[in-house]
Amino acid sequence: MTAPNWLKIERRPVASGRTVFIVSVSAILAALLVAAIFFAAYGVSPIYAYYLILRGALGSSHGFSETIRRMIPLLLCGVGLTVAFRALFWNIGAEGQILMGAIAASGVALFAGLPGPLLLIAMFIAGFLAGASWGLIPAALKAKLGLNDVITTLMLNYVAMYLVLWLVHGPWKGASMRGYAYTDMFPNAAQLPTIGSTSIHWPTLMLGFIAAVVMYILVNRTRSGFEIRVVGENPEASRFAGISQFKTTMLVMFISGGLAGFAGVGEVAGIYHRLLDPSQISMGYGFTAIIVAWLARKNPLAVIVTSFFFGILMAGGDVIKIQLRLPFQLINVFNGLIMFFLIGSELLMRYKISIRRR
Amino acid sequence: MRILYGLYQPDEGEILLNGKRVHISSPRAALTYHIGMVHQHFRLVPTLSVAENMVLGLDEGTGPFLNYRQTYKKISQIAERYGLVVDPQAKVWQLTVGQQQRVEILKALYRQADILIMDEPTSVLTPQEVDQLFSTLRTLVDDGLTIIFITHKLDEVMEISDRVTVLRKGKAIATVNTADTNKAELAKLMVGREVVFRLEKSPVKRGEKILAVDDLQALNDRGLPALRGVSFKVYEGEILGVAGVSGNGQRELAEVLTGLRHATGGHVTLEGKDVTNRSAREITDAGVAHVPTERKTMGTVPSMTIRENLILKSYRQPPFSRGMFLDNQAAEENARAAMKEYDILAPNIDTAVKVLSGGNIQRVVLARELSGDPRLIIAAHPTYGLDVGATEQVRQILLAQRDRGAGILLISEDLEEIMTMSDRILVLFQGQVMGIIDADGAQIGKIGLMMAGTKEEEK
Repeated sequence: MTAPNWLKIERRPVASGRTVFIVSVSAILAALLVAAIFFAAYGVSPIYAYYLILRGALGSSHGFSETIRRMIPLLLCGVGLTVAFRALFWNIGAEGQILMGAIAASGVALFAGLPGPLLLIAMFIAGFLAGASWGLIPAALKAKLGLNDVITTLMLNYVAMYLVLWLVHGPWKGASMRGYAYTDMFPNAAQLPTIGSTSIHWPTLMLGFIAAVVMYILVNRTRSGFEIRVVGENPEASRFAGISQFKTTMLVMFISGGLAGFAGVGEVAGIYHRLLDPSQISMGYGFTAIIVAWLARKNPLAVIVTSFFFGILMAGGDVIKIQLRLPFQLINVFNGLIMFFLIGSELLMRYKISIRRR
Repeated sequence: MRILYGLYQPDEGEILLNGKRVHISSPRAALTYHIGMVHQHFRLVPTLSVAENMVLGLDEGTGPFLNYRQTYKKISQIAERYGLVVDPQAKVWQLTVGQQQRVEILKALYRQADILIMDEPTSVLTPQEVDQLFSTLRTLVDDGLTIIFITHKLDEVMEISDRVTVLRKGKAIATVNTADTNKAELAKLMVGREVVFRLEKSPVKRGEKILAVDDLQALNDRGLPALRGVSFKVYEGEILGVAGVSGNGQRELAEVLTGLRHATGGHVTLEGKDVTNRSAREITDAGVAHVPTERKTMGTVPSMTIRENLILKSYRQPPFSRGMFLDNQAAEENARAAMKEYDILAPNIDTAVKVLSGGNIQRVVLARELSGDPRLIIAAHPTYGLDVGATEQVRQILLAQRDRGAGILLISEDLEEIMTMSDRILVLFQGQVMGIIDADGAQIGKIGLMMAGTKEEEK
């Protein structure tokens, strides 16, 4: 690397927790700053817009409920992604894994005919397994044939998307739905309870918290977690130590896909109570969760914070759409900017850059 | 060589070209001085055609457009002149390795090189391709080109060169006319003569046979034979040194013995049990320690802590593992004890290995590998890159293991190390055993000859 000689660039041996925090927050601030240009271009004061986002997402019980509702799938997917990323598996397919979970849960809800509480439990198990299987396909393809995980996970999203579309337009199309592409409503026993009149389906939220804690323990305290970290940090050393890359890759994708599957179950059983258009089920949670996991620096516990933050942003997106009549996509611009600055800031964690005094 | 080609910058000294002092700041600058290089690992873009690779990085054609017709014409002119026949429109990935090398040479000629640096050009070639290459090189030399030919192989030096310079540890030891020398003399120059210091070593107490290797065969990363029928035995309480010029099968031997590379033939027997092609984990569990050449890329996980690196191989077993959980306290105690026993200098046990010095990293590797008193230790270049003090300590540690009764296979390119440490010395050449001799009274000249490919019984 060549640098102008007034800059001093030194390798940082290990970035401290404080450095990581400061760098991450700076990345968010930089993204806020650049996004401000877009608001200004629409003739809206950026400060007013950010104020509206915060007030809309946190200032009322309705706003808060919307924030948490968005946080739930981001939390589940984000926790799963931290585990996959730890083993250097680039799972860009959480979106498809969510949809597979939603399909499996809907199938169980509509056709299994199980009694009472068993039904919901069966839906979660089926959703986990469906998401996990969807994740195991690219895992096996990478571990056995060396196929690029980014491409395979990304492409499987579309397969899952069209599978949902086919189901709701075709065999599973609800008789009572007239012309609409929905399945029938789930029976009451297949609907998740919510907190009061909000749309917070708390059992899924609890699952998310539990997943974050369990995965933190898994990664940091268990044998499998040790293997995941060795494979991720130095694949050559894992070979040397006799750790099976195949098993490790399969394990992380079983977890990552399964947790995304849970998120899919939560969406259909907690909010919509039927299977419907894929873009309504997920709204890109699987992709946003990548940024959530990255901002958490692959720490499952930190995902609780980052998924909440992105919940605010997504709920705030509704606010700017309604109150400012700006396109919701501005939030995607913002997400993109955060990712951009986060990846850019990786450099700052590995190198210390200072201005040389003469 | 990389300095000549402008990839690295010299710290000191100067380069004279045609009597003028030159400064070669980049490969592009080397080009203006008409210096071309054929790297050991080719610098070609596989998905592009031969012609496209030719013009890559050159300012040719008019404006932003390339004139391929002109390129084709130029290629075929050069190709005809030197017998380097290659289809300019073929994609590079479709060509054989020998043809790709021809493209590399063409590329240098296309750039009007007068000086051609060839870095171990024969290491990737079949014997037939080597003959072809040599005849091409002779044509080039007859045409007035200067060729710098870097090789480890003495036969090639004798066959192709006019003059030869021997480098050892970054110093030019001697330059002689090829016609005035022979392989034995060159071998001596390569390995050096005097042994600088001797280690205090107790007499060997050879015990039971631990390892028997029988007619072992394996391929290298390029799919060419690297081990061609290697047989030897290692006994308790002895060090068997493996000498040889780099790239004669040492790496592959260590990898096959530790389960990291597949043997294509032959048998490895460990204490009477056949362990051929067992997994790395099984071989570790059978009591084989491995001190690998690449201590940072293979022997440790640099971003993880000393504590974690020390249990890299034993994390599955008690006391470090209880059920599916790791016992951090046991790992901590283990790390504290190891840091003390092996003098690992670090702020604490949770220091990442990557901030340690080479010597301390090697101590971490040794502490881990030697815990649990392994029966067999395979040590590849254990002191490579270490300072004198650390080298001495590592050698003492290995000797202590020998006296404890472990069998040690010591692979090293440092002949001095082999001579001082070993009880017996095995010499590898092109994947074959040239002979196994007693280290006591071994003559360095004789080992040098064996390293150059003379079999022991042929003397």
